[in-house]
Amino acid sequence: MNAPVLSLALKSAFNRRLTAILTIIAVALSVSLFVGVEKMREGARAGFERTISGTDLIVGARTGPVNLLLYTVFRIGDPTSSISWDSYQEFADRPEIAWTIPISLGDAHKGYRVLGSDQNYFEHYQYGGGSRLEMAAGDPYSGVYDAVLGAAVARELGYELGEEITLSHGIGEVGFHDHDNRPFKVTGILEPTGTPVDRTVHITLQGMEAIHVGWESGAPSALARAASAEDVASMPLRTDEITAFFVGLESKGAMLSLRREINTYEGEPLLAVVPGLALNQLWSVIGTVERVLGAISVFVVFVGLLTILTSILTTLNERRREMAILRSVGARPWHIFALLVSEAAGLAFIGAALGVVLVHGAMAVLAPLAESRLGLALTGLGPGLFEIYVILAVTAASALLGVIPAWRAFRNSLADGLSIRL
Amino acid sequence: MAAPADPAISARALRFAWPDGAPVIDMPELTVARGERVFLQGPSGSGKSTLLGLICGVLTPDSGELEVLGADLTQMSAARRDGFRAEKLGVIFQLFNLLPYLSVIENVALPCRFSAKRAARAAETGGSVTDEARRLLQRLGLENELIDRPASDLSVGQQQRVAAARALIGAPELIIADEPTSALDAAARDGFIDLLAEQAAASGATLLFVSHDARLADHFDRSLILPDLNRAGVAA
Repeated sequence: MNAPVLSLALKSAFNRRLTAILTIIAVALSVSLFVGVEKMREGARAGFERTISGTDLIVGARTGPVNLLLYTVFRIGDPTSSISWDSYQEFADRPEIAWTIPISLGDAHKGYRVLGSDQNYFEHYQYGGGSRLEMAAGDPYSGVYDAVLGAAVARELGYELGEEITLSHGIGEVGFHDHDNRPFKVTGILEPTGTPVDRTVHITLQGMEAIHVGWESGAPSALARAASAEDVASMPLRTDEITAFFVGLESKGAMLSLRREINTYEGEPLLAVVPGLALNQLWSVIGTVERVLGAISVFVVFVGLLTILTSILTTLNERRREMAILRSVGARPWHIFALLVSEAAGLAFIGAALGVVLVHGAMAVLAPLAESRLGLALTGLGPGLFEIYVILAVTAASALLGVIPAWRAFRNSLADGLSIRL
Repeated sequence: MAAPADPAISARALRFAWPDGAPVIDMPELTVARGERVFLQGPSGSGKSTLLGLICGVLTPDSGELEVLGADLTQMSAARRDGFRAEKLGVIFQLFNLLPYLSVIENVALPCRFSAKRAARAAETGGSVTDEARRLLQRLGLENELIDRPASDLSVGQQQRVAAARALIGAPELIIADEPTSALDAAARDGFIDLLAEQAAASGATLLFVSHDARLADHFDRSLILPDLNRAGVAA
């Protein structure tokens, strides 16, 4: 492409600037949708993978790996059954295991899951590539009736330290039975993590036992109603069952053999999953939606490019005179060809670049909101090679489509010669 | 008339037909000497535009000889004919000669974008291409204040003078004008032809002026009647 043609293409397009601007806007919007979907996908994927880290195995009652991951890490769905404290102890004491976090689920507070655990939870639980839980206010639980709130729970319910809360039996916004005679006190609030931890109420395993004293049959007995919180606290609160436990190993080398051992444990049916593998399995399920979105946005970009093609093709006839004048002053047919291809490519380039700017501008404005409200981490998704490829690909595709009007103009200019018929 | 030794245009037994029709050009002989100002008169449909297309190298004859400025157009590739036209020919149309999105100056300088030799010659006589464009526009009587305006602001008469300046810039050896005055009134028409002829003479160019209007013949050295030359007299 040479300079005289480029500057002519530019001036000619500027002369038809209303069409040109509308075309550019169409391309910009389609490209921003495409890049936006891609960025959301990346953000969702990254956030997804951030939910848990540092844990080598998750062990629970035998079920599907995805199911175990869903209720232990994402706190979605119901645990199928429990595992005994004895089985937990048997593995927790193994020398190749560095730490374990026992967890117990099954209760809720206003729709937020309640998770019973011990001090190991604050010490060893990691997310987002090795970040540990930090207290935004107060301290981790120590007493039976202490509760530590995830950041989203505290923010959305407006709770502060010292607040008394009532837990409900079962999972749901309105519990079937409230444990209203055993209120808990908020002793700590966690920093936001962008993971399901934010939406969890944490209590001790003892607290979990305490609210269920007299619930052995699955429903409140006379004891459950009669015993006061103080009475229960003074009882020996022994945990018999937990829902699952997280395992950190001394060395990764032991992982496969330990997993096999747990999965074939004879005491009771157990399942050990590697979080990374289970996450991948779960993502491949969610990924379908994401791929459909991606395909739709590709089509939208294509529609944007067709707008360029249409706008150039419709002006072609009224531009026959322009072409004949150029031919008369010595333009070669390939100059005419280049004029139209470079117009198509130029419009697409400006549109695509504008689209990328739009999307990143919007992301910069919305990132804090998306991070705090949706736990969607949009930071670290700044423009990079991907955006450059998108701009280049859109420009190249448009130049390719531009060959169609260019070829027609080329043929017209050969047929018309210098005579211009109006 | 005896053929000059080194003619600007020389055609023998020239034939051309559109692929789908009867012959449009069947011309035993046409000669224009260098430096000559020739008036070619013919009614519409007598093959004027086709003949100009052949001389400009945009169309190729089916048979016969055609030499323009000493170059045998029938032996040249399309690309070389384009280059030849860019460098040596100046063309003025009947109407709408200018690109509306360029300024007057840019329109005049347009041929210099496509021919380095014309750009060099223009710069040689005028100092720079732009200065040469200004000089030509002044010679053709275009008011100075119009020079930087968009071409679309000009009246038809002014546009034709800009087109003439464009045809003249960089001293092409052959100027071809295809009914450039048909949209002008009588006074503007005579003024325009005189200026064009004068400037063509000043740069030593040959001028081939085509029109259906026999009254213009007086302004030229010689007139030719196209139907007399062209045996393929299409329905006149």
